[in-house]
Amino acid sequence: MASYVFGRCFSALVTLFVVAAIIFVATEVLPGDVATAVLGRDATPKRLAALRAQLQLDRPASARYMDWLYAFVQGDWGYSLARPKQAILPLIGERVRNTLWLSGIAGVIGVLLSLLLGVVAGLKRNTWFDTLVSTLSLIGMSLPEFVIGSLLMLLFGVIWALLPAVTIVQPQATFTALFPSMILPAVTLVIVMVAYILRMVRSSVIDVAHSDYVQMAYLKGVPHRRVVWHHIIPNALIPTINAIALTVAWLIGGVVVVETVFNFPGIGRLLTSAVSDRDLPLVQALGLVGAVFYIGINIVADIATLWLTPRLRTQYWRVADE
Amino acid sequence: MNTPLLSVDNLTIGFPNTTSTVTPVVRDVSVHIAPGMRIGVVGESGCGKSTLAYALLGMIRGAGVRVHGTVTYAGAQLFDMPPAQLQHIRGAEIALVPQNAGQSLAPHRTVYAQIAEVLEIHQQLQGDAAWQRVVQLLADMRLRNPARIARRYPHQLSGGQQQRVALAMALAGQPKVLVLDEPTTGLDVTTQAQLLALLHALTNDTDMAMVLVSHDLGVIAQTCQQVMVMYAGEVVEMGDTADVFQQPHHPYTRGLIAAMPQLTATRLPYAMPGQMRRSATDQQCAFLDRCAFAQSVCATTAPTLEFVAHTRAVRCHHWQTVATHDDVDSTATPLLDRAPVGEGTPLLAVRQVSATYHQPDWRWWVRTPPQLVVAQVDITLTPGHTCAVVGESGSGKSTLARVITGLHQPAAGNVYLDETVLPATVTQRSQDARRRIQLIFQNPDLSLNPRHTVAELLYRPQAVFFGRTRAQALPHTISMLQQMRLDEQYLNRVPQQLSGGEKQRVAIARAFLADPDVVVCDEVVSALDVSVQASLLQLLVDIQRQRGTAYLFIAHDLAVVRAVAHTAIVLFAGHVCEQGATAEVFAVPHHPYTMQLLSAVLTVPRRTVQPQVNLPADDTTLTHGGCPFRQRCPIAIPHLCADVVPPWQQVAGSHTFRCHHPPDVLASLRDQFALPTT
Repeated sequence: MASYVFGRCFSALVTLFVVAAIIFVATEVLPGDVATAVLGRDATPKRLAALRAQLQLDRPASARYMDWLYAFVQGDWGYSLARPKQAILPLIGERVRNTLWLSGIAGVIGVLLSLLLGVVAGLKRNTWFDTLVSTLSLIGMSLPEFVIGSLLMLLFGVIWALLPAVTIVQPQATFTALFPSMILPAVTLVIVMVAYILRMVRSSVIDVAHSDYVQMAYLKGVPHRRVVWHHIIPNALIPTINAIALTVAWLIGGVVVVETVFNFPGIGRLLTSAVSDRDLPLVQALGLVGAVFYIGINIVADIATLWLTPRLRTQYWRVADE
Repeated sequence: MNTPLLSVDNLTIGFPNTTSTVTPVVRDVSVHIAPGMRIGVVGESGCGKSTLAYALLGMIRGAGVRVHGTVTYAGAQLFDMPPAQLQHIRGAEIALVPQNAGQSLAPHRTVYAQIAEVLEIHQQLQGDAAWQRVVQLLADMRLRNPARIARRYPHQLSGGQQQRVALAMALAGQPKVLVLDEPTTGLDVTTQAQLLALLHALTNDTDMAMVLVSHDLGVIAQTCQQVMVMYAGEVVEMGDTADVFQQPHHPYTRGLIAAMPQLTATRLPYAMPGQMRRSATDQQCAFLDRCAFAQSVCATTAPTLEFVAHTRAVRCHHWQTVATHDDVDSTATPLLDRAPVGEGTPLLAVRQVSATYHQPDWRWWVRTPPQLVVAQVDITLTPGHTCAVVGESGSGKSTLARVITGLHQPAAGNVYLDETVLPATVTQRSQDARRRIQLIFQNPDLSLNPRHTVAELLYRPQAVFFGRTRAQALPHTISMLQQMRLDEQYLNRVPQQLSGGEKQRVAIARAFLADPDVVVCDEVVSALDVSVQASLLQLLVDIQRQRGTAYLFIAHDLAVVRAVAHTAIVLFAGHVCEQGATAEVFAVPHHPYTMQLLSAVLTVPRRTVQPQVNLPADDTTLTHGGCPFRQRCPIAIPHLCADVVPPWQQVAGSHTFRCHHPPDVLASLRDQFALPTT
């Protein structure tokens, strides 16, 4: 088990290294370099050459990649180009904090709600409840996030004016100051997430409930409630772990659309503005932060699946044979 | 007779169909089970026997509904009971051993947790006391090292161990009635023999009643005092097992017994015509269109279940004629007629072939040694000749088939066709070599493309090997279908619309449309009912006689092998133990493993002498060096067999075996086994 975790972490590091290289290359091959981006209209060949020398852009790309990565690991993420004199690390830090708050709230509520609804719908298959939940989830999945977000904004922000329609507080605001602005984006995210995960949970519960071993549990006299809690739910949830992980990674990786709709100061919105400003160091840093979260969450999901599935887990134990 | 413990009265269970009526799968069944009674329920798949078994626990699977009738346990009707009360009876009073223990044991819990759940619910036993009891139950199942088994998960156990754990779980609640649904189907013959012996020891001299459902008459004959034969949902015959199997009164029972391959038979098993169909009306006998005794009354009046003796009942208008009629299988092809068509030069030869598998490991940097599954096997096939490869699952039989057909690259050795070496993999072989060696798989559900029609399935080999267009192929397809005793109306069906036997016929037709010289049959009849199996064996023998095709016939059922094969090779853990002409090897087996296999074959009626030598209590793992069979051998010589590879010894002609013991020691072992053919 320990060696499996070690092996996975090692391969994750290799993956990150490759991802970082791809991000670096992608920003390198874009037309124009940092110097043209910085100088913009003021670019003259002379000033470009001077800036390139100052930014050491004349060195080979591989050397600059290693320098960039080394500095990155040490916490020196450089400075934003579009926001002069702003260090990238604290800039991203506060946005990451905001996104984590938002996605944390949405994630916890969304996962719990979708598990509850999915399990009940699966157990009560083909009842009015199941039909209702399945239909609503299909609607939730088919509507784009910005439509759901705009509708919520219209209802609760404009017509009834209960909650702020868009975020107007500063990115560095405290949690309590930011909380009212998080409610509507969080609800939007929950609706999208629940629609997706609950369908997975529902079909998984139906599969397990029709399995031979659940039938066997009934035949050996296990009461219904205990069959549900001890036999159906544990086995039905394992296949959904990866779906949940993907959704959570999607949440943290920057829910660009929702943050933009609600003007929420998270990493998604920072990314859109960084791209439009051609703020290449910031785009690189955001890309790498997203990759770290994505890979990290997937490792956690894989290890959880392994841990909860005896068939997989026991592959990594040495079982002494008689 | 004692008062019944569990009564089924006029039970009818059906499945709603599209025309908002109910298609009955169990029709008007009544049976009364007294304490200590052991009753077998036998019939082909689809006869309703499993539905009946689950109904005994108050469960109807899938979309089924109870139309009428009752199941009564100790005065209470199971189907009218509140669910919570029913759960107190299930597992505690009536318990079930399922067909597929591997899938019926919960994958996420240890063996201990699953058995302890029964103890906790029904006997309020927990903690240490529960642990002690579970270990005791597993020890009763003759599982070696029960404490270790208890800590394992189901997937870490072999099929035989899983089935014994399921039995332990059923017995944990100390039930008054034990229902077993095909408990040994899917197990090797030797594992089956062990489980039946165990069942016998556990239930003999107890008050526990037992209902055993099986398609295998041998299993019932071995285990039950009474038998109930079901056909199309109805009980057609019931009575004492010995009486029913010695003198069947119903034509269907007669047909079933004659269809069962026997080691001592001199003819091919009898192929019953037609296939099971539920009768269209209530006014005729369900068996009408397959019956050799049918007269006009059978088409106008449905027979009733008539008691002809105290415990004997039969559902037939003409049972008196049936009971006194001559042997039913006198029409079947005698085995002696089937001398090989062509002798002489070997067509296909396997020389010193070994095959290995690499066990995949996620740690790509670790090199695990390859596992040896086939070791230095030699086979020679001549035209018109059938060579059988027999052995248990894991003996390397299927790997051998894959090597011959070029699907698995051997680690050593060569395959020769017409005395020239064939390339190791199928992609390197010439088109003609591929055409000449065809493979038929065990499961046509997996080997036939479910989206293709029969016409398309049978067109493909003709297009590939002969470049025929669809129009050119059609006459060949139709004539081949006719040879398979299928007709033109099957052309546009997809596999899903065919029965198991029909699918396998299509698979056979596909192989023969390539006009092959060698057909490798990998367990082609083992998933089929005996009556379907008998007709397919007849078909294979007929085609062989017409075309002179050579068969490599891979099977685990020795009685089937006896019926069709000229020579046989007995494989244990990839090693050849014994080989020679089937008649000789089976009549005078010399290797202890061959003796074990033969003694485990079940017969109808049951043999009076039971095997004297106990089989080892547990599954064994393959060990390297010495004799591969030594851990299961009753007469292994401590150091010699572990260290020295046994030498080949010759009995007569081509009959050879590999053992350290001299023939006289083996002869006395053979006497102890009390084999049916000696």
